[in-house]
This record gives sequence, structure tokens and C-alpha cells, in this order.
Amino acid sequence: MNTAATGAGTATTATRLIGVAALAITAFVAVSAFWLTPADAVQGESVRIMYVHVPTAWVAYLAFVVTAITSGLSLARRHRTLGFDRVAGASAEVGVLFMAMALVTGSLWGRLTWGTFWQWDPRLTTTLFLFVTYVGYLAVRNIDTDPQRRARRSAVLALLAVLEIPLVHFSVVLWRSLHQEASVLNPDGDVRLDGLMLFTLFAGVVAFSLIYVWLVLHRQRLAALADARITTGLDAAIAARRAEAASTSGAGA
Amino acid sequence: MDDIGFILTSWLLTLGSVAALAFATIRRAKRLASQVPDSAKPWI
Amino acid sequence: MRRAFVVAKKDLMIEWRSRMLLVRVAPFALLVLVLFAVALDSEPLILRAAAGLVWLAMLFSSLLVVQRAFAIETDDAALDGLLIASGEPSQVFFGKIIAAFVQLLSLAVLLVAGAIVLYGATVSASNIVLLVTTMLTASLGLASVGTLYGAAVANMNGKDSLLPLLAMPVAAPLLIGASRATEAALGSQTIDASAGWAWVALLTVFAVVFVSAGAAAFGTLVEAES
Repeated sequence: MNTAATGAGTATTATRLIGVAALAITAFVAVSAFWLTPADAVQGESVRIMYVHVPTAWVAYLAFVVTAITSGLSLARRHRTLGFDRVAGASAEVGVLFMAMALVTGSLWGRLTWGTFWQWDPRLTTTLFLFVTYVGYLAVRNIDTDPQRRARRSAVLALLAVLEIPLVHFSVVLWRSLHQEASVLNPDGDVRLDGLMLFTLFAGVVAFSLIYVWLVLHRQRLAALADARITTGLDAAIAARRAEAASTSGAGA
Repeated sequence: MDDIGFILTSWLLTLGSVAALAFATIRRAKRLASQVPDSAKPWI
Repeated sequence: MRRAFVVAKKDLMIEWRSRMLLVRVAPFALLVLVLFAVALDSEPLILRAAAGLVWLAMLFSSLLVVQRAFAIETDDAALDGLLIASGEPSQVFFGKIIAAFVQLLSLAVLLVAGAIVLYGATVSASNIVLLVTTMLTASLGLASVGTLYGAAVANMNGKDSLLPLLAMPVAAPLLIGASRATEAALGSQTIDASAGWAWVALLTVFAVVFVSAGAAAFGTLVEAES
């Protein structure tokens, strides 16, 4: 058993590969978004925000799904491993960032295209609720000191969120239908992109997914390190006590 | 003129915050990794 | 279910003796109604908004009720004793919901009366059933959400600020449904009674979902707190 601390970090060959790929594709997307693709016939230049908005939104939802699934697995396996819980937490941390970015970029896009920063349409409103739910979930995770209890508590919250979000969405849909809005005002929906624009969008989704995976891998390992440090600290303290006891009993004999 | 400002903000904010999170993660990971034995790192 | 009623009765007896609801929460709820009037400063606007404001006030007041429901347990680690004594966590959960429901329903009655008196809202006889059903289902839903998330943050540092953050987003559908249904019951132009009943259906679904999901989750939440 290698008990030495070689200082080897959370990076592995896999993460280095993913990281390089993510950087390369993101660079391409950025270049394409600003220079290679034309302005949209309908939206004008504001379509260039789409290339960053859609991928962030996609990752935010992906992260939420991953958190939900790993939370369920975490509850099912809680006597054996905390691994699933760490992934759930890491995914939520990354997800909340991407969700915040999705909301901000969407808002800026909306301002450019429709003239308003915000619309009370079902999708945006539900996304906002999802964001707040994430924040609450992370707040709870932050406070719990015992990893087992934290895993249990946050897993329950994550699964309740899976219940809550469709309820919220449905009631907001009903609510807004009272106001008989045209559902035209949809930032992601019916914009027709083709050719290089569509390819760039797709590349953006790929790039940001890779970024997501990279971040989750590292943060999940980081959580493992943090938990291990507590244990290591305890082990060292116990070893020190034993050494102390051995030396005093040896001296006394 | 508004346009380009918003577009740039969107991109810089997004990429910037992602980069910030990445750097913070790596920095903290390096610090913790030096305090923890390799046996606790199953990914290595 | 008998054990649940025992738990409920205990909670309500504690509440009755301390009169927390009567002396603190009810005045707060009415105060919120008054503050809305002061802030909005327009009688027609207040009358139009009456339904929504009633349920907003309910939401805020429910936090106080729920926080109390668990504070009385954690003060002496009484929750553990309660669980051991009653055997089944879901019974404790149901019991706490019943107790919260009774208190919240009383608050709802008070607040609707407040809206009638302070805001000039009116209920026609044909809408009374709609109004009462709304109050019943919404209070039940609120009781179950509050109890569940109250249990989730019990024993935590910062539970008093965490509870609103966690429970309020979840209660949003309830706020929407109860407000629209009450709006219909109070005779609004935009929503008629049949639409009001559709909202009551939503409220019922909400209550059923959270009572059942809560029963399952409650067991996991309170198991062996190490």
C-alpha cells in the first residue's frame, strides 16, 4: 500500500486528453461564432450569443439529470460507497455555474432580440426555479460536516427536486396560459440554423459537454481528497496516540 | 453598439467563470493532494 | 394511523399551551396583510391582488409554524425519542402534517377574513365551496411541504435561513394554484369558477404528491443520525 503522498493530483491521462480536446473545440467555436459564421437573417448579430447560450443551457440540464441519477444511486448504495454522492455534488456545483451563465446569456440575448431582459414564459421561469433549487441544494451540502449524513440528506433533496420541477413547470404553463401569450418568445426554439451555423452550435454543445466532464471529474476527485484528508488526519492522530502509549508503557515496564 | 457589448459580455463571462472554476479546482486539488497519501487516490 | 393522531395531538397540545400560533404567528400574518396595503397604496389594486396577497402571507407565516414544529423536538433531542416510541417514521410524519395542517387552516381562515375586512373582498354564496376546498387543499399541501423540508433541515446550523430557501421554490405551484382558485372564488373577471376548480385539482395533486413522497423521504432523513 503506497502511503506516501507523492503530490500526484487529480489529473490523469484521461482528464488531460479531455481538457485538450475541450480547449481546442471551444477555440474553434469561438472563432466560428465571431468570424466564420454570418449574422442571422432574422436575429442579426445577436445570434452569436446563441453559440454560447445553447451549450450552457444544455450542460446545465445535463448536470441536473446527472445529479438526480447519482443521488438515487447514492441512496441505494449508501452503506458501501460515497462515490455517487461526490459525483452528485460535483455535478451540481458545475451545473449551478452553467445555469447562471445560461440565464445571463439568455437574458442578454432576449434584450437584444426582443427588447426585454426577462420573460415570464414557462421555460425561463422553470429554469429560474431550477437554479434556485440548485443553490439551496449546494447550501445544504456545504453545511453538513459528516459525509454520510450529507450524502443522505442531499440525495433526498435532489430526488425531491426531480418531483418538484415538473410540478413547477406545469403550474407555470397553466398560469401563463391565462395571459394568452404567443409562444413566439422562445430563445432556443424555432430559430433555423443550417450549414456552418448549425455545425458551430453542435460543436459548442460538444465542447461544453467535455468541459463539464472535465470539471466534474476534477471536482469529484477533489471531494474525495477532502474527505480523505479528514480520515488521514484521524489516522495520524491515532497512530501518534499509539506511539505515545507504547513509549510510556515501555518506559514504565 | 449595444450588440457587440452584450455578445462579448456573454462570451467573456461564460468562458471566464468556467476558467476561474477550473483554476480554483486545480489549485485546491494540488494543495490537498500533497497532504493525502496516494492510497487514497483510486484514480491514479 | 392511530399513532399519527397521537403525534398530532401532542403537537397541538404543546401549541395550545404555548399559544404561539395565537400570540405570534396570527398577528404576524395579519401584519403582513396590513403591510401589503401600506406598500401598494391603492385600494383597487389591493382588491384585485387580494387572493395572491392572502396566500403570500400564508406562505411566509407557514415558515414560522413549521420551524416551531421541529424546534420543539430538537430542543431535547426529543425527535429520537418520538421515533423510538412510535415505531414508524411515516406515522410521525403524518402526525406532524396533521398538526401543521390544523394550524395552517386556522391561519387561512383568519387571512381570508382579513382580506374581506381589510381589502373589501367579497365571496358570493355559490363560491363558498370553492373557497373552502381551496383552503383545505392548499393548507394540506403547505403543511406537507413545510413538514418535509423542516425535517430535512432540522438539526442543521442555519436551518432558519435554509428552510425558506428550500421550501419556497417548491411551494410556488401551490402559491400559483391557491391564488388563482381564490381569485375565482372571490369573483374575479378573468377567472371563472370552473377554472378555479381546475386549480383546486392541481392543489390536490400537489398535496397527494408531497404527502406520499414525504412519507418515503422522511424515513430516510431521520434514520440513525450518527
